[in-house]
Amino acid sequence: MTMLTGLTIAQARDGLDKGDFSAEELAGAHIEAVERVRHLNAFITETPELALDAARASDARRAAGGALGAMDGIPIAIKDLFCTEGVLTTAGSHILDGFVPPYESTVTANLKAGGAVMLGKTNLDEFAMGSSNMTSYYGPVINPWKAADGKHRVPGGSSGGSAAAVAARAALGAIGTDTGGSIRQPGAFTGTVGMKPTYGRCSRWGVVAFASSLDQPGPMTRTVRDAAIMLQAMAGFDAKDSTSAPRDLPDFEGALASGVKGMRIGIPNEYRMDGTPKEVENLWRKGIQWFKDMGAETVDVSLPHTKYALPTYYIVAPAEASSNLARYDGVRYGLRVPGDSLDDQYELTRAEGFGDEVRRRVMIGTYVLSAGYYDAYYLKAQKVRTLIAQDFRNAFEDVDVLLTPTTPSAAFVIGEKMDDPIAMYLNDIFTVPASMAGLPAISVPAGLSRDGLPLGLHLIAPAFDEITLFRAAAALEEAADFTARPGETGE
Amino acid sequence: MTYIIEGQTGDWEVVVGLEVHAQIASKAKLFSGSATEFGARPNTQVSLVDAAMPGMLPVINEYCVEQAVKTGLGLKARINLESVFERKNYFYADLPQGYQISQYLKPVVGEGVVVIALPGAAPREVGIERLHMEQDAGKSLHDQDPRRTYVDLNRSGVALMEIVSKPDLRSPEEAGFFVRKIRSIVRYLGTCDGNMEQGSMRADVNVSVRKVGETGYRTRAEIKNVNSIRFIMETIEHEAERQVEVYETGGEVVQETRLYDADLGLTRSMRAKEFAHDYRYFPDPDLLPLVLSQEYVDTIAATLPELPDDKNARFISDYGLSPYDAGVLVAERETAEYFETVARGRDAKQAANWVTGNLFGALNKKGLTITASPVSAENLGALLDLMADDTISGRIAKDVFEQMMDTGKAPGAIVEEKGLKQITDTGPIEEAVDRVIAGNPDQARQYRDGNGKTLGWFMGQVMKATGGKANPKLVNQILRAKLRE
Repeated sequence: MTMLTGLTIAQARDGLDKGDFSAEELAGAHIEAVERVRHLNAFITETPELALDAARASDARRAAGGALGAMDGIPIAIKDLFCTEGVLTTAGSHILDGFVPPYESTVTANLKAGGAVMLGKTNLDEFAMGSSNMTSYYGPVINPWKAADGKHRVPGGSSGGSAAAVAARAALGAIGTDTGGSIRQPGAFTGTVGMKPTYGRCSRWGVVAFASSLDQPGPMTRTVRDAAIMLQAMAGFDAKDSTSAPRDLPDFEGALASGVKGMRIGIPNEYRMDGTPKEVENLWRKGIQWFKDMGAETVDVSLPHTKYALPTYYIVAPAEASSNLARYDGVRYGLRVPGDSLDDQYELTRAEGFGDEVRRRVMIGTYVLSAGYYDAYYLKAQKVRTLIAQDFRNAFEDVDVLLTPTTPSAAFVIGEKMDDPIAMYLNDIFTVPASMAGLPAISVPAGLSRDGLPLGLHLIAPAFDEITLFRAAAALEEAADFTARPGETGE
Repeated sequence: MTYIIEGQTGDWEVVVGLEVHAQIASKAKLFSGSATEFGARPNTQVSLVDAAMPGMLPVINEYCVEQAVKTGLGLKARINLESVFERKNYFYADLPQGYQISQYLKPVVGEGVVVIALPGAAPREVGIERLHMEQDAGKSLHDQDPRRTYVDLNRSGVALMEIVSKPDLRSPEEAGFFVRKIRSIVRYLGTCDGNMEQGSMRADVNVSVRKVGETGYRTRAEIKNVNSIRFIMETIEHEAERQVEVYETGGEVVQETRLYDADLGLTRSMRAKEFAHDYRYFPDPDLLPLVLSQEYVDTIAATLPELPDDKNARFISDYGLSPYDAGVLVAERETAEYFETVARGRDAKQAANWVTGNLFGALNKKGLTITASPVSAENLGALLDLMADDTISGRIAKDVFEQMMDTGKAPGAIVEEKGLKQITDTGPIEEAVDRVIAGNPDQARQYRDGNGKTLGWFMGQVMKATGGKANPKLVNQILRAKLRE
């Protein structure tokens, strides 16, 4: 059965279609794999019974010859930020203790309607705030990739559990959410494909909110094709999310084979930053060469406001978070620590329920929205944000897609950077600008570091042009021919 | 009619601005599909959005937007084609999201104007600063249990319009008339039921005072959540007096939030600590800016009903009513419609007298509103017709009206049933006149001697003799003729 966990989603789909194996067998193999890599702590909640039930239902649909969904029988993992009806949903936080939603997020409902089989809910940084998965109340996730020094690496974050599960062959694919890089950075750290769609492509309804104007669900897979297949099943207009885009979905998978001949690939000058390790720069240079070799043209472009993206992000995202997290007050659900008065109860509940990083961001957010500071911080940040978006629009008048590194380094050792938030935040230096502009972007595994850890290359496309993004990503994937596998898998 | 507070140091005037909170007449809430029915069992009209469950998102109710625009047009105000919902952040148990979604820097409606007409004064314009939409909070019930507070979220998320006046009001009376006028306008438009007892309308009252002749404004106090016109007027009176006293005893009025205690007839400061909020307003990232097209606004404008001021002008010009009668009749849309039904094709003055006099009096006595009137407008019209064609006299009409009020029957049926038809045959009247004159020779002599007043006495006698049914005009004619004989 181990073979089944090594398949891509596309291969598994074909195998199911041909009757090589059943959805139940596929689910069973993955349930075993989930158990085998349990020490990675990738899952907060495993749902093997639900998975088997869903798989059997899929087999029954197939046997009956009825219409099948795009993901029918495909076992996947769900970041525990998505509300799942009847299944514990934690957001990686103590404050949501025992919270079982009576509703299903739109994205997971779409996937389930497409026949996908949920293996469980994956670990994440608390409320998706982090780049290491270290801030989870449920403990860190261990990256299945091993370096020569034998020290455990972080899988990145915040969608660290999803990335680890996919890399460790414990799920054929997973969904994450990306606010400033939370899909792409763990993708790069785990040698998987992490794709953030255009803001508005996937509904945020039923996704525990971190920063509403940035949060975007996306697929995490082992191939670009799989990401296209999953996005097709997840995305679409949702009237329940006012920021969801009322646009038809193009055929993402159909775009993959088109190649990049004649495509103009922009290389942003401002992403050449001091202190970027040689191996990252070299990989980037390699990427540029690959595209040239494939008949694309590479063009130097300028995104002059890039250096403001990270500081601006750390004003906008905490501001929204400070308000979004106000609802966790111990009154209606989750953790409640009783106090002598209502204010007392709020203080005790939130002090015990939120971890350090969440409290730090709530405080930053509260501060930047306060009277007397609002104009200098939040308002200014919003203005800079429009300039960042304008930078990208200008660049895309000249080029089709941008190529950058995904992260400034490979996965770091668990426990590192914990006492230095700024160093931690710098992990997202290459991913945050696209988030601020709401653009689709993808990390594709492209090589290994000296220590044998995966590195990713990052592509950014114009808004709602996922087609071009996937075309370029598929070509990059082929050129990079990344075949390395993590040291620890469930096989 | 200036409202002056005579102080130790001179004359003071009061400066008032109102924030009227009007619940939008909508079956669903502002950002969720929950029902808004008044008086439902606690927590039975609460959606996942209203309870602020994780991951829930607001979606604007288009019907509420239409009502707000309609109201803005009714206030002759500028409609802002782009407006923005913001979050007003604060913690309270009946505010599940931890913030109220409201409009702050960019409201849907900008400046407008409302005309108020106090009796005996020239009509006056009161400026409208803005109208914005916002969510209501839930309700904390502190009186259900000695130790615990219960929370009812039925109101959580209900759509409100906050109508903010400029500080243009100068007396409690003006404030009262202003609120009545706002209520009249929203009721005409159907955008709010204006029901203050059920909390569909309430006001925050901003009060300051200044010496007569001063042009600037002094510090104001805001009295929150006043829920009747009478209380609004009282609170202004008491607060203005308090502020004058503060100034005259060498103190300073502080900007603060106060509450009106109707039992004690005074305003009390709310604890400053509890309400020293920094609301940290910022645009709600879950909602896009509300963008309206001019065509959309024009379409709503085209369907606007005739509003009280226009109706008032028309009643004066078309029906020849006095400004006072017109004002009384247009205050409520239902009254105006009732009146017009009665007046159509009839003597409008007489119709107005009957509606504002007899009808209002009788309804008052029974404690009924005009919509619940046992006498329909059609039937009142028919009663006027019976007078016009001399079927009954005015006196009989009053009796018939009373019975209509009691039974709800048509006047024709009552006249028929009770045999109240006026006697217009000269025969029976002459007979009665002869009988009365023959029975009262002294009085007849007095008349002939030139005491004209006796005619009235004879009229009464004859009417009594005919059970009130004789046509008074004929009685008069015949009496004069026969007395002279």
